[in-house]
Amino acid sequence: MQILIHLSFAILAISLVLCFVRLVIGPSLPDRVVALELLSMIIVGIIGVHALQSDETSFLDVAIVVALMSFLATVGFARFLERGGRRDD
Amino acid sequence: MIELLQGLLLVTGSLFMLIAALGIVRLPDLLTRMHASTKGASLGVMLLMAAVALHFLEEVVFARTIAITFFVLLTAPVAAHVIGRAGYFVGIELWKGTLKDELRPNYNPLSHRLHSGLKKPAKESETDALRDGRSEGGKGDSDTRA
Repeated sequence: MQILIHLSFAILAISLVLCFVRLVIGPSLPDRVVALELLSMIIVGIIGVHALQSDETSFLDVAIVVALMSFLATVGFARFLERGGRRDD
Repeated sequence: MIELLQGLLLVTGSLFMLIAALGIVRLPDLLTRMHASTKGASLGVMLLMAAVALHFLEEVVFARTIAITFFVLLTAPVAAHVIGRAGYFVGIELWKGTLKDELRPNYNPLSHRLHSGLKKPAKESETDALRDGRSEGGKGDSDTRA
């Protein structure tokens, strides 16, 4: 079981690195926002696996908060992109 | 038995995350990248949360994992839609192999107005004149404001 948990951590870490590559080379801002969203999804998964490994249920609340923050950040970035920085409401 | 199922869920969920990350690096276009990341990551989070729920086997943990799953399932499509819409309006480059962009002929990027393809053949000149007048009057100053 420990081996599978470590394998899962390794795969998730590789995904983090790949996602970070897109975050760095992404040609436009929407690409980077999509990469950030995927990054936070992977972080939610990592927090879940860590809660499983350490037998600590309170880490799941952190996962909920991270998911919420990523959604709000994406919507905020989208509004920023569409309105060009200045809002008239 | 439960341990075996749990390990299977863990590794499968991580592999789906890896597929999403590979897609976001390899695919050529914002929209195709979104298509890879949203679905793969949602399924990965769901499987990982199922593994966590199987490990603890308590009601409180069930409630939390189901909350996370539902939250991800609710927000991932909305976020993808919002960012795809914003990217299209900003004017991202579509992939060279894109066969059809159905929004382009029916959408006026200056006035942000969409007219349906059904009404167009009947009174094209009138509706166009009306649309131009409206875009100069009502929408024009809102565009300069934004």
